[in-house]
Amino acid sequence: MSEIITTPPVSSTGRTLRTEEMILNMGPQHPATHGVLRLELVVDGEIVVDVIPHIGYLHRCFEKHCEHMTNYQQVIPYTDRMDYVASMTNEFGFVVAAERLLKIQVPERVDYIRVIMAEFQRIASHLIAIGTYGIDIGAFTPFLYCFRDREKILDLFEMTCGARLLYNYMWVGGLSHDVPPDFIPKAKEFCTYFKPNIKELNDLLTYNEIFVKRTANVGVLPADVAINYGCSGPMLRGSGVDWDLRRDDPYSVYHKFDWDVCVGKGEMGTVGDCWDRHIVRAREMEQSVRIIEQALEQIPEGDVHAAIPKRIRPNPGEVYARIESPRGELGYYIVSDGSATPYRIKARSPAFSNLSVINEISKGAMIADMVAIAGSIDIVLGEVDR
Amino acid sequence: MEQFLISLLGDNIWVHIIMGALPLVFILPYALVTIYLEMKIAAHMQDRLAYMRTGWHGTLQPFADILKLLQKEDTIPTAADKILFILAPYIVFTGTYAAFAVLPFSKAYVGSDLNIGLFYIVAISSLVVVGLLMAGWASNNKWSLFGALRSAAQIVSYEIPSAFAILAVIMITGTMSLNGISDFQSSGIQNWLIFGGPFPMGKKLLLFPFMLIMFVIYYISSMAEVNRTPFDIPEAESELVQGYNTEFSGMKFAMFYLAEYANLFVVSAIVTVLFFGGWASPFGTFMSGPGWDAFWFITKGMFFVCVNIWLRWTLPRLRVDQLMYVSWKVLTPFALFCVLAIGLIVVW
Repeated sequence: MSEIITTPPVSSTGRTLRTEEMILNMGPQHPATHGVLRLELVVDGEIVVDVIPHIGYLHRCFEKHCEHMTNYQQVIPYTDRMDYVASMTNEFGFVVAAERLLKIQVPERVDYIRVIMAEFQRIASHLIAIGTYGIDIGAFTPFLYCFRDREKILDLFEMTCGARLLYNYMWVGGLSHDVPPDFIPKAKEFCTYFKPNIKELNDLLTYNEIFVKRTANVGVLPADVAINYGCSGPMLRGSGVDWDLRRDDPYSVYHKFDWDVCVGKGEMGTVGDCWDRHIVRAREMEQSVRIIEQALEQIPEGDVHAAIPKRIRPNPGEVYARIESPRGELGYYIVSDGSATPYRIKARSPAFSNLSVINEISKGAMIADMVAIAGSIDIVLGEVDR
Repeated sequence: MEQFLISLLGDNIWVHIIMGALPLVFILPYALVTIYLEMKIAAHMQDRLAYMRTGWHGTLQPFADILKLLQKEDTIPTAADKILFILAPYIVFTGTYAAFAVLPFSKAYVGSDLNIGLFYIVAISSLVVVGLLMAGWASNNKWSLFGALRSAAQIVSYEIPSAFAILAVIMITGTMSLNGISDFQSSGIQNWLIFGGPFPMGKKLLLFPFMLIMFVIYYISSMAEVNRTPFDIPEAESELVQGYNTEFSGMKFAMFYLAEYANLFVVSAIVTVLFFGGWASPFGTFMSGPGWDAFWFITKGMFFVCVNIWLRWTLPRLRVDQLMYVSWKVLTPFALFCVLAIGLIVVW
């Protein structure tokens, strides 16, 4: 405390701070950053002047690992660990890409089960997003309601593949195994149980006056900025852009179901504010339940393994396949040199692109708004860093 | 009580020491009970069980918590301002504990029945701000400093509407002594100040809406003064880590914790005295007497503590500018208007 600082401090982007400014490190160990994200804030009192996100604390060389597997199937457990709150959709993206590269068609039952799992995973992931967002805003109780319901989804997953977080369930050309006989009635039971809970959650949190005050008109992301930064998922739809890969670039059997794409309309404030992103997630859960219910009705009988060789050797070539993960456009770019291992895999993670916009939308916000904005982006650092 | 002790022990220093220490005898079990209540109420609101292992339904858990805090290493950060850092928690606790001196637990027991009791409480509870600022500054931590500054701004702002509410009560009762105010409302539930006080019907009906507004204003400000949700901005754990007590551990942290819960009771007790008859039994003379008085006072106080806990686990947190907005642009004008109206009614 006694030493006298003679040179003005400089932020990591080279900005020399003015006298009234201060650098505040939010993270990597901070209760509000949803993992090991470090936000370097330049603040003037309570006002945030500049935000510099620092990432990489959870980098695990996903892409390099994939090049050193002995076959394609071994990549799948690694995709699980990217977005660890939505492992099913990560697997889904990879198997869709690999199957496109192999040019194989999976049995229809496989597609239905994959859609059901992916939508359950979307609900589970959005429940975490909404619950932790409640904590960010200061409401603790909705978080536990969310986790109570998420637990029931995890029970369904556990029943199917034995795992609760990292599933390794979807394989190239099929599934690890079929769903157990009592899965379908249990899943239907969950849908009827869950629908009133969404309303309860909305009453408790979404339409709470204080919650609206805290999130409406905060962190406004205009549609053009969202598109320029490559945002996707609820982040993009919150800004009013009607874009959902499940409808606009259909994969699997999504074209067979009747459901709506939810977009932010600026009901409580400006289009593209934090509240819009939140409500898009809440409404997407309802749509996911609709899809699941239809899929459970239509699901055909059959085998869950396509006839593919044990050792997959795709022809030399490349493929880019993308799916709508709970966070947005999750894409896998796979290059094959004809061997049993992928020559190169690049994952396009939605959370990374969504996070990059944080500086744009949080200038002039207050420190408390920073927490609201970071929470509304719904990042998972496992996916940002890979 | 004081007379009784004097007759028992003679007029010496011990009488005053016992009188002064009695609230402490109350605070410690009260804090244990409230910690337990808070966890249990929160848990049942959230569809879970909370403590179940230590003792029957976890009843021993608060003791275990205190024991744990006692055993913890008492760390002082190297760059901290040592003297202020060590002093801060005790100043915060002193400020809170001093308020207990004038709380009328029963007609027969008031630590000191000051004739300026309410004024004393307003003044002494401001001492807490000094302690919080010291804690925030001495920690040499940016988050702590933010918490302390927010806390100071918040407590100072909310003292104004709460002082207006107190002023309204003083205008009606004509006394600042908390015992006197309780005595004023002691003839049954219909005479509590929230229902217009012991006046003829017409005046009561005129006073009732304003007193109701004053009660709401005072209750909101009191929540802000004890830094609890939706006004827990100074220690907002998702923004400021823990606010001013981030760097504190062991017994020093426990002192902050104890002060917070003691303060919670103080503000609840003041709400009780100002609007709900203090120690007065709701049935007039039925179930009244020194023992019953204490029972009613603590029951009413605990009721408001529980309301506070309930609100805490339901509502999200306001932002710091919205908090100021609520205080200066909503509560203060309303309080001013109500003071004017109540003044006119009282004169009439």
